[in-house]
Amino acid sequence: MKLEDLKKIREKHQKDLILREGDARIRIIVGMGTSGIAAGARETLNAFLEEIDKRGLVDVIVTQAGERGLSSHEPVVTVCEKNKPKIVYGKVTMEIAKKIIAEHIVNGNPVSSHVLEINQ
Amino acid sequence: MRKRLDVLVCGGAACIASHSHEIKSRLIDEIEKRGLSDEINIVETGCMGPCELGPVMVVYPDGIFYIRVSESDIPELVEEHFLKGRPLKRLLWETPEARKIVEDKKLVPFFEKQKKVVLSNCGRIDPENIIEYISERGYEALGTALTAMSPDEAIESIIESGLRGRGGGGFSTGLKWKITRKSPGEQKYIICNADEGDPGAFMDRALLEGDPHSVIEGMAIAGYAVGADRGYTYVRAEYPLAVKRLEKAIQQAREHGFLGRNIFESGFDFDIELRMGAGAFVCGEETALIASIEGKRGMPTSKPPYPASKGLYGCPTSINNVETFGNIRHIIINGPEWFKSFGTEKSPGTKVFALSGKVNNTGLVEVPMGITLREIVEDIGGGVLDGKKIKAVQTGGPSGGCIPAEYLDTPASFESLQKLGSIMGSGGMIVLDEDTCMVNLAKFFLEYTSEESCGQCAPCRIGLRQMYNILIKITSGKGELSDLDKLEEMAKTIQGASLCGLGQTAPNPVLSTLHYFREEYITHIEEKRCPTLSCLDLITYQIDADKCIGCTTCAKNCPVNAITGAVKQVHIIDMEKCIKCGKCFMVCKFGAVQRY
Repeated sequence: MKLEDLKKIREKHQKDLILREGDARIRIIVGMGTSGIAAGARETLNAFLEEIDKRGLVDVIVTQAGERGLSSHEPVVTVCEKNKPKIVYGKVTMEIAKKIIAEHIVNGNPVSSHVLEINQ
Repeated sequence: MRKRLDVLVCGGAACIASHSHEIKSRLIDEIEKRGLSDEINIVETGCMGPCELGPVMVVYPDGIFYIRVSESDIPELVEEHFLKGRPLKRLLWETPEARKIVEDKKLVPFFEKQKKVVLSNCGRIDPENIIEYISERGYEALGTALTAMSPDEAIESIIESGLRGRGGGGFSTGLKWKITRKSPGEQKYIICNADEGDPGAFMDRALLEGDPHSVIEGMAIAGYAVGADRGYTYVRAEYPLAVKRLEKAIQQAREHGFLGRNIFESGFDFDIELRMGAGAFVCGEETALIASIEGKRGMPTSKPPYPASKGLYGCPTSINNVETFGNIRHIIINGPEWFKSFGTEKSPGTKVFALSGKVNNTGLVEVPMGITLREIVEDIGGGVLDGKKIKAVQTGGPSGGCIPAEYLDTPASFESLQKLGSIMGSGGMIVLDEDTCMVNLAKFFLEYTSEESCGQCAPCRIGLRQMYNILIKITSGKGELSDLDKLEEMAKTIQGASLCGLGQTAPNPVLSTLHYFREEYITHIEEKRCPTLSCLDLITYQIDADKCIGCTTCAKNCPVNAITGAVKQVHIIDMEKCIKCGKCFMVCKFGAVQRY
């Protein structure tokens, strides 16, 4: 074991602990009320996690919340970025979830076709 | 794939005692049943601190803090929170005064005023998984010290930080290492003193259980600094979980090459052996501890020579406390200046206290030195139980003293506590309310220390027993005023003439209560009365003839049939038979039973 080997182990596993920091750059909140789950929020949530993992994003966390009341637009997803307005998306399917990661999270351009609300 | 939730279940001894293991396995079952196993990570951690509220659980990323979780709550918790994202309100932390729901762990005053350095990993990582420790920069300090610092530089860094021994002595850790390094001898040793003996203290246990690798790393750095290739951890056999996790951690550290030969390819060899103590209080004294490791009877020897020059098997030995070792890696990584940025000038850094007694939030707290006792008791501790008044704070266990309520604004540091006739000690802090009898408290500690005296020197063996006898005399109403002078005289002799720290400090609880609460001793002696109604021999129960309606409840409840009287007639207590259990006092609905 050398100091570099130690750093390698750390870098490989550090992301496993990222959730416990509670302090990520971006939080993706998936509405997981009854109607959200019925509309496929679980699959959406997993799509987010998969995509984040695939891209190795360490400063993004996915969490969940209850219903927002926008049943007809479920699954509803809110993206909270530090010092920026919160963006609420509607009808986020697995494909849209991947698109949000690629365009909004990585490149900073919200997926305007699915934006429901912008909260200052 | 990355998980979406980290569920941290407290695996500290207190939470395990209230079934956190059963909760954990139920969680795993329930999550499996709902097909969430791939999304949720269940981690068993070390002590999170608020033991009073256990079993406790934290759910990240939101840091939602659940208290008093029971196995039967789990299905609902998994469905509501983990599946539907609605935290279970009835299990969230509530502050006692406001009963206000605080969802975010960071908002809770118990955590707010704390500064976690030594305990930063406790309750956050899995203590049985070295990878989690490495992810938190574990063993980086050891690697840095071995590859980028000379032993002298490592020592200088610790001296510069001002770190003082957390076991109670408060001696400069760096200086101790320096003396050990300079002492002549081929073979040198490092000892970790984990013989935590103060009643009510469990700081060291929590660190060993919650983050054993940090102690191992601290010991290895110490070994490098003083030139020792061998370390011993002397831990009480009564700490089976600490022993188990430490054994596992040592094994993992060996497998990863952090212990053993040629660590970090630097040519430095170091390994650690565990030694279990049978629980004698005196074995926390360093020379007695060394004797015990050597297989001899655990009895202290006179100092000098100090262990730093002639310790284990006659070789130079640096013996430091668990919490001291827990600080080392942080100082090496962040530098001495960082360490000095908390605490006071003469007592830098943080200190872990085991908060117990008559306080709302009991448990383990880590605070910057210099925080006032009032902040610890009122803010972190949430104030005294049942809205009663605080009378004093006892610090330093059987070697310490009582600090009365009027000095609550004193900062917690080595010097300021000593100035008040108490000591920092290893970090036990017992909150006493207005119902605590100070004479009885002093008697409790003297009973403990006179039992634990090893018996080799007369002042401690005979003197403490005699002091204890005088306290029994006073609390049973047979005391004389001259007894107080005798107590003081004997206390001074024992302090001056005892060989080791046990005897030298054992009279402190008596001296400090005599100093601050002398009138309570005098009331016991002159009026034969215990103002707090704690000393059984001085309490009398009587039935008020005007209030008694003859309902017979008291007579029915008396376990020794000391109460006589027919229905609708005034009852009478026979004080000859009465054992003063107080049952009649509790069951009388008419306030007719009087206690004074």
